[in-house]
Amino acid sequence: MSRPALEVEHLNKFFGALKATDDLSLTVEVGELHAIIGPNGAGKSTLISQLSGQLRPTSGHIRFFGEDLSRRSMACRVQRGIVRSFQITSLCREFSTLTNVALAVQARIGHSFHFFRNAEDDPLFTAPAQDALERVGLGHRAHVAAGHLAHGEQRQLELAIALAAKPRLLLLDEPMAGMGLDESMKVVELLLSLKGHYTIVLVEHDMDAVFALADRISVLVYGHCIASGAPERIREDPAVQDAYLGEDEADARSA
Amino acid sequence: MSKIPFLRIGPPAIPAFFWAVPLVVVLLAVPFICEALGQPFYLRVASRILIFALAASSLNLVLGFGGMVSLGHAAFVGIGSYVVAVLAWHLSNEVPVLTWPIVIEGTTNAALAWPAAIGASALAAFVVGAISLRTTGLYFIMITLAFAQMIYYYAVSLQQYGGDDGMKMRGRSVLPGLDLANRTTFYYLVLVALLLCIAFLFCLARSRFGLVIRGIRQNETRMRALGIEPYPYQLTCFTISGAMAGFAGVLMANLDTFVSPSDLSMARSDELVAMILLGGVGSLWGPPLGAAFYILAQLGLGNLTTHWPLAFGPALIIVVLFARRGLVGIFGERQR
Ligand SMILES: Nc1ncnc2c1ncn2[C@@H]1O[C@H](COP(=O)(O)OP(=O)(O)OP(=O)(O)O)[C@@H](O)[C@H]1O
Ligand SMILES: [Mg+2]
Repeated sequence: MSRPALEVEHLNKFFGALKATDDLSLTVEVGELHAIIGPNGAGKSTLISQLSGQLRPTSGHIRFFGEDLSRRSMACRVQRGIVRSFQITSLCREFSTLTNVALAVQARIGHSFHFFRNAEDDPLFTAPAQDALERVGLGHRAHVAAGHLAHGEQRQLELAIALAAKPRLLLLDEPMAGMGLDESMKVVELLLSLKGHYTIVLVEHDMDAVFALADRISVLVYGHCIASGAPERIREDPAVQDAYLGEDEADARSA
Repeated sequence: MSKIPFLRIGPPAIPAFFWAVPLVVVLLAVPFICEALGQPFYLRVASRILIFALAASSLNLVLGFGGMVSLGHAAFVGIGSYVVAVLAWHLSNEVPVLTWPIVIEGTTNAALAWPAAIGASALAAFVVGAISLRTTGLYFIMITLAFAQMIYYYAVSLQQYGGDDGMKMRGRSVLPGLDLANRTTFYYLVLVALLLCIAFLFCLARSRFGLVIRGIRQNETRMRALGIEPYPYQLTCFTISGAMAGFAGVLMANLDTFVSPSDLSMARSDELVAMILLGGVGSLWGPPLGAAFYILAQLGLGNLTTHWPLAFGPALIIVVLFARRGLVGIFGERQR
């Protein structure tokens, strides 16, 4: 098999005494959709933040196509093609939906030390941005200020921005968080259409979505990866059932 | 959706052209109006307003567009003023500015002194920015303040150039082809300078650079996640703003033919901030409008009482509280 896209080796992240990431190792193959599941507070977002460069790991390595990026800045990693979306929507709220996406295109194309020409209406940026918006179903909202979008739409915009950055590795942190059923369905459809074309790490709580989408699943508990493998294997893994899925069922019973 | 020819610096849309045409017509007519009223002093006030408008606009570039709360901006204005005055002093006293490693003589030639002054301000802004932009929030504010105070005390210590009292210049700079001593000519020069700078800011705000700078103000993490490292953009923005402030300082020194440490004092910095808050942070016409209101208020109220800031302070608070976007917000808000 060829070189994996992403190799995480013995990653640790401490917040004081709290081990948010605990000796975590996993690999993501090129073109696969790799889901990360785990209970609340398991350290999924912390992992994504370390992969994207927003947080520095305490120790351990992150290799992207063989290159060690563990100590590189977020901007550098984006230039290599590692692009994330945020669990809590992170947008430029005063800019239009279109400009939010166009900025991602602009950042990908090169530096922004251009001081005179109008970039707001430059089709070099707006055309690919509009495409990305159509792709997530936000084409009709292009000229609305991002801050005025409904919550679900902001989540869609978050996806459009990530897509416009033309990622080689797409890190999606609960892209469906807080979405209605309809919107979630659309995102699952979108992810299905992306599958195979992109290498994706998907953090998601919705088990139906995860098992429908994932090529492989890694299970995080207390910052440690307790299992990693094909969905069928994960479903049957006793440690996983014990630590995670079982808990869900227990919740369901008590509810 | 129809395209509105507004400069969109955040919702609601701020009209850039709506007020511009009548405003420019009035500004062009000011010398004639002063002439008709037989009040040449008013033309001086008008020039002063335009120069402060330029200084406030330069601060607005970092504070309003870039979200960098620099509280020592008068230092960059003052450096521009001082360089012009110091070069003129050396010419009239026939002492070279520098004898080693190269000889630099004093000059009143605008073609030499002005670029030197603007360059000095830009360089100062670059250095201050390079250090202070490594920090954020309150630390950033404190460091810009500390630098401004340092520059202020340095000016006070320059006994050769009048120390605390400042120094008088013999006359305005000499610009080949233009008689700057003529107050109408000088007014028009200032007006053209201001309009060019506003046009520049207008272009800048929607350029690739401007979008990045405004994006960083709204959400720095988002910009990083797009692969944009804020620091070089912020530093460039800070430096451009410093150069523009230096230009305002050049014009200020020429208007008054006098410079003193109060030109780069904290009080002056605060005045610039007040103008921006009053006019509208982050809008194109807000700071000039704020500058006009501020200076006219200073003049009108200052004639009545030296305690005019007692009235002005609360007025500013009311504007900031009830019209978040300042006077521009009041005039332009319903334009949709
Ligand atoms: N900046 C921080 N400082 C201190 N503790 C933190 C910080 N960020 C996260 N934590 C803690 O680290 C643990 C892991 O948090 P994280 O957000 O990664 O969990 P998660 O798996 O994404 O949870 P969720 O499913 O709720 O999104 C939690 O206990 C959290 O409280
Ligand atoms: Mg999370």
